[in-house]
Amino acid sequence: MPRRTAKSQAVKSTAPSVLVPKVTPKRFYGHGLPRIDVQALTGKLVVVEGADGSGRSTQIARLVEWLEASGHHTVQVGLKRSTLVSEELEQAQQGNILSRTTLSLFYATDFADQLENTILPALRAGSIVLADRYIYTLMARDLVRGMDESWLRNLYGIALAPDAVFYLEVRPELLVQRVCEKNQALDFWESGLDLGLSRDMFDSFLKYQGLMRDTFRRLQRIYGFQIVDGECAPDAISEDLKRKIEHVLRGT
Amino acid sequence: MKQTFAELGYPGRLVAVEGLDGSGKSTQIYLLKRWLEMQGLKVFFSEWNSSALVKSATSKGKKQNLLTPTTFSLIHATDFADRYERQLVPLLKAGYLVLCDRYIFTAFARDVVRGCPPEWVRGVYSFAALPDLTFFFKASLEVSLSRILDNRPTLKHHEAGMDLDLSPDPYESFRIFQGRIFEQYLAMSTEFRFMVMDANLRIEEQQGIVRRLLAAQVNLASFQRG
Repeated sequence: MPRRTAKSQAVKSTAPSVLVPKVTPKRFYGHGLPRIDVQALTGKLVVVEGADGSGRSTQIARLVEWLEASGHHTVQVGLKRSTLVSEELEQAQQGNILSRTTLSLFYATDFADQLENTILPALRAGSIVLADRYIYTLMARDLVRGMDESWLRNLYGIALAPDAVFYLEVRPELLVQRVCEKNQALDFWESGLDLGLSRDMFDSFLKYQGLMRDTFRRLQRIYGFQIVDGECAPDAISEDLKRKIEHVLRGT
Repeated sequence: MKQTFAELGYPGRLVAVEGLDGSGKSTQIYLLKRWLEMQGLKVFFSEWNSSALVKSATSKGKKQNLLTPTTFSLIHATDFADRYERQLVPLLKAGYLVLCDRYIFTAFARDVVRGCPPEWVRGVYSFAALPDLTFFFKASLEVSLSRILDNRPTLKHHEAGMDLDLSPDPYESFRIFQGRIFEQYLAMSTEFRFMVMDANLRIEEQQGIVRRLLAAQVNLASFQRG
């Protein structure tokens, strides 16, 4: 605890206090990364998971506003944003030319690059990292496509266990409405068309998103993240998330 | 325990060569390939780190020094998976003799030297079956080193293991790095039943042994084209 001087107390009486997040121990899920000292990671890692149309981006934008207003430095990461392979990954996806294991490893490379070059340095600097999806989406996509779970758990043993994970759950029937309203079209991958569940894109979307939701629930039991009802009003969800994140910051 | 392609019931067979840079393994596998081709057999040759799409990311990463031990490992695994799933497996199912200049053992050796946990690396590559025959070209470390270093080549950053901070001198770093990889190969050689080749022998002597060993283990006549 910092020493309270007369001066700092004077400041405190005129300005709202800024909460200094409590440092809590961090761990990797598996083997982790070579030469990383987890004790030096003083920031917080908060993950928001959910399908497209679950309100993920909206909620993250609001959390950033709120955290910065409260005096916390934030850093945002997401899938397919690495310097190393994001372009190549985009190309590969457009052409649909990679087989399953390859695509999976490509995504893992993208993830590892951001983990080592963005997430860990930010946590070392004491920032709050907001991740727009994390390993769970990557694992769920692969599991739905029949990849071996133990292989995936070993692969993502490099991942740092976040301080909090929120999964915004929305029924596929409502997701499809939201996505149609936003894009007036369905996306090939988000509809799981590569799985051959149905030749009809709309049907395929519903089936695929249903499988994804089931898989997330299963992963929830392994990784213990918090399921948030993404069908509530956005304001109510924000308030709920803020409350939960406050606990994370206070270490309670 | 992992299985070979033969044990998994594939009609094809995979032969891999492993060893340090400068051990002469590429020469040997090239001569083996020529011999098999001239007999009219179904042969396919595949090199480490050669899948087109992944290459762009790999070379960018290496050039800009963006790679950490983990991303170095993963990007090579991606490259390998691409070749494995799109070429090696279909060709092995089609009954080809597939020759690989380096296979998963290269990753096992290099990534572990770079500090990745061995179990993790092996887990990442666990989708790949074992070769039916693996030749390890064991030259003395000094011979391999001098074959590479005598021409005073410009060693690339990762090739010299400069990312490991072994020495500020690239040549010295290369020596230490290769020495550690050599130890990893030796440690794997029993476990993965490497055919250990004396790479200090004459090229022709080695090739004679390689051809005899392959012919003894694989019924070459069954790989005739058409």
